Amino acid sequence: MTDGAHDTTVEVRGYLMVLGALLALTLITVAVSYLRLPEAPAVLVALSIALGKAALVAMFFMHLNREKAMVYWPLGLTAVVFVALIAFVLWTEADHLFGTRFTGAFGKVAP
Amino acid sequence: MEIPYTTEVRPDTGLTNPKLGIWLFLASEVMLFGSLFSSYALLRSGSASWPHQADVLSVPLATLNTIILISSSGTMVMAWAALKSRSLSTFRVYMGLTILGGAGFMVVKAIEYGEKFSHHLYPLTNNFLGLYFTLTGLHAIHVLVGMVVNLYLWGPGAAMWRTEPRRFTNRVEVAGLYWHFVDVVWIFLFPVLYLL
Repeated sequence: MTDGAHDTTVEVRGYLMVLGALLALTLITVAVSYLRLPEAPAVLVALSIALGKAALVAMFFMHLNREKAMVYWPLGLTAVVFVALIAFVLWTEADHLFGTRFTGAFGKVAP
Repeated sequence: MEIPYTTEVRPDTGLTNPKLGIWLFLASEVMLFGSLFSSYALLRSGSASWPHQADVLSVPLATLNTIILISSSGTMVMAWAALKSRSLSTFRVYMGLTILGGAGFMVVKAIEYGEKFSHHLYPLTNNFLGLYFTLTGLHAIHVLVGMVVNLYLWGPGAAMWRTEPRRFTNRVEVAGLYWHFVDVVWIFLFPVLYLL
């Protein structure tokens, strides 16, 4: 190693472990999909695994676990707006999602 | 005019300018893909019927593509780590593997698209396929852009290593952040479009 070089052996070992975890989680999510679970638990499991994988990439490959506050602030704001975007859309469709029905004037159930 | 703070940390932000720039750009990209994901949620939850996606699309091909893209994300971060160890030759190996991963992803995607077209399944066929082609098409454009940047850094761009090694390392880091983001988007696209 030349002068000023940084020993990355430990870091690389960490990256390989994260890569292994990501590949294992990919296989798990595919295996679970073949179980043909009901829609709600299937969505919950698949998106939880995806969220876990995304967190691994963000924390270790993108080094968000050791970033500066100036990165966290805009990302935090983005996360809030993103959740609001998805939540408002799901809210408008809540009657379909939770099995209720449209009601007309005076609470009468629409045909 | 020279761009300031490409290698030195800017005192008020605690970051180099390229790094802050790429993070702000990625934040805007989150909202771009977020709008499409919310469109998917709106159309699917409001639809009277929806195809069983795994019967329309190829789960094995998508699984292969997921493995390829995740692995290329791993090789990308190791390419950056190689530069931190001052080894340009190791960087070239890992960056080459990353570019090959991107190319492999695009080849599998082309096979997938070709299969759909041969069965007369187009974006106009139904809402699901419209969303599928829009989301995966936009993602594929992002993969292509990343490949062009990575190819430049692997080839002619690497000349900067001889004169400004720190600046070149930062460039690879910024390109890597973009590449990992493309990987994260696919991590969500895979279950949403193929498995659910």
